[in-house]
Amino acid sequence: MPDATELELTAQELRDAHRDSILDTEYHRDRACLVADPRQIKPILEHLVDKGYTMLASLHGVDYYPHEPRLGVLYEMLDRRRVDRISVKARLHTDDPHIDSVVDMFPGADFPEREVYDMFGVVFDGHPDLRRILMPEDYEGFPQRRDFPVGGEPVLFTFNEEQNYGKYV
Amino acid sequence: MTVTGRGDDADTVTTLTEDYRKREESITISSQPAGVDETHELLTLNIGPHHPATHGVLRLLTTLEGEVVRDIKPIIGYVHTGIEKTAEDKAYWKVIPVVERMDYLAYYFNAMAFCGAVETLLGLEIPPRAQYLRVIHLELNRINSHLLWLGTSALDLGAISMFWYCFREREKILDLFEMSSGQRFHTRYIQVGGVMEDIPAGFEAKVRAFLKDMPNRADQYADLLEKNQIVVERLRGTGIVDRETMIKLGVTGPLLRATGEPWDLRKAHPYSSYDHFDFKIPVGTVGDNYDRYRVRHAEFYESVKIIEQALDGLPEGPHITTDRKVALPPRHELATSMEALIHHFKLVTEGFRVPPGEAYYPIEGPRGELGCFVRSDGSAKPARVHMRDPSFVNLQALAPMVRDGYIADLIATLAMLDPILGGIDR
Repeated sequence: MPDATELELTAQELRDAHRDSILDTEYHRDRACLVADPRQIKPILEHLVDKGYTMLASLHGVDYYPHEPRLGVLYEMLDRRRVDRISVKARLHTDDPHIDSVVDMFPGADFPEREVYDMFGVVFDGHPDLRRILMPEDYEGFPQRRDFPVGGEPVLFTFNEEQNYGKYV
Repeated sequence: MTVTGRGDDADTVTTLTEDYRKREESITISSQPAGVDETHELLTLNIGPHHPATHGVLRLLTTLEGEVVRDIKPIIGYVHTGIEKTAEDKAYWKVIPVVERMDYLAYYFNAMAFCGAVETLLGLEIPPRAQYLRVIHLELNRINSHLLWLGTSALDLGAISMFWYCFREREKILDLFEMSSGQRFHTRYIQVGGVMEDIPAGFEAKVRAFLKDMPNRADQYADLLEKNQIVVERLRGTGIVDRETMIKLGVTGPLLRATGEPWDLRKAHPYSSYDHFDFKIPVGTVGDNYDRYRVRHAEFYESVKIIEQALDGLPEGPHITTDRKVALPPRHELATSMEALIHHFKLVTEGFRVPPGEAYYPIEGPRGELGCFVRSDGSAKPARVHMRDPSFVNLQALAPMVRDGYIADLIATLAMLDPILGGIDR
């Protein structure tokens, strides 16, 4: 993990290269996190790849309800040479959340981006095949959002399947 | 291969597969012939979701040209149970049993990743004995998981007897788990702060007997498989994907090591005292199915070595943290200490609170990097739990592995990929 100083240096380097690309930095329990401008996510990740963080270890979504902007997409970047990790966080509003897809940079981001779309409704612009991945294709709603109720969905039987979520039209 | 598209845009040159994909936009099995002529007809074959060779509820939409796989599309989600959502509704210590059920063959690893993330947020020190006990059980679990993989994979290749031999050894490991935790599956042994209980008397002797036996058994597996021409010919040279592609796809674990990349988090970024042990990282050379088999097979011996060293050096001391705010007090204290009773009551009813923050805790699971992301909002329940399951990410490598190979090799490659659908769908 980079220490707090190195994180700030990286953030400044990114700000110099791309104006207003880094909105904030977080350093907590040895975890370094850059809060990125979602519109500039690709140049930021490209810069980090050039710095040696070549592998996208994980990509996942978070709902920060009740804080705004509510949604977050997290990129856990890994430098295998120095065994170093840095995470990049992009916050998005729930009304029309859009962010650039990074599948062209990391083909392995395909399934994780589809999962974030499926669970949080974040639209990844430029994703080759953005469909639901875990939930049924005709499902309505984004179940991992914090305001989506657990158990709020009635059990489907033959007699009520037409009135419920994910109904077949 | 490229063919010229038909009809009005005869100028556009598309691949046969792309042309076919367009016809097949909704996922239906079409019997419409595609391509230019009968010799280039493509066929969509649906494999699964219920198929013995898919190692779970996995559906594969394969596009075949004769016997050759031109494209493959995995369709998942059939065993999605919303564990990540369920976890947000439970106190931290009640999340452990549900996350264990994600990758159901690597339950100790799931619990370890989750507890590690929570411990990071709490800033908790884990007693050395607990760390060693964790390592012993994690490595037993790794052998267990690899044994099931080897048995079922050999079954797919027609080597039925391997299945019985592997399950014979697996049974011994499950007996050991039962002895130390009371459960064979989903043991809930690893707790936040340490492990549930110290190992019982006689456990060490039984583990040592198993460790003495296991390398010989692994030798026997090798004799059975590696001297079998059918197995060797079906594995060698099939499903090759190079190192760079694997890394771009985010593939980790034995699949990546089979391509010659010595990346193992136990060495690279040791956790839970893995730096105390002397072991090697088996790597392959070309990254074919045979290398994948060899890497996992070699890990049997390395895991045995780690467990032996952990038993030899098992430190004395508590098996769980003495921080009463996190771990339950010992049962006998409840009868004499009011303090212990209060702690017990608080933990059982509300659970412990975790300071706000985010943590990503990666460990080396049997299938690759198993990372647990936990976000805490300061309450007694996690605000977000996410598992970066290696099977989920590794499954994306299936298409490059099987493309332009025979469909018979697809079955072998899928077996060597070792996907666990419980972990993929979560």
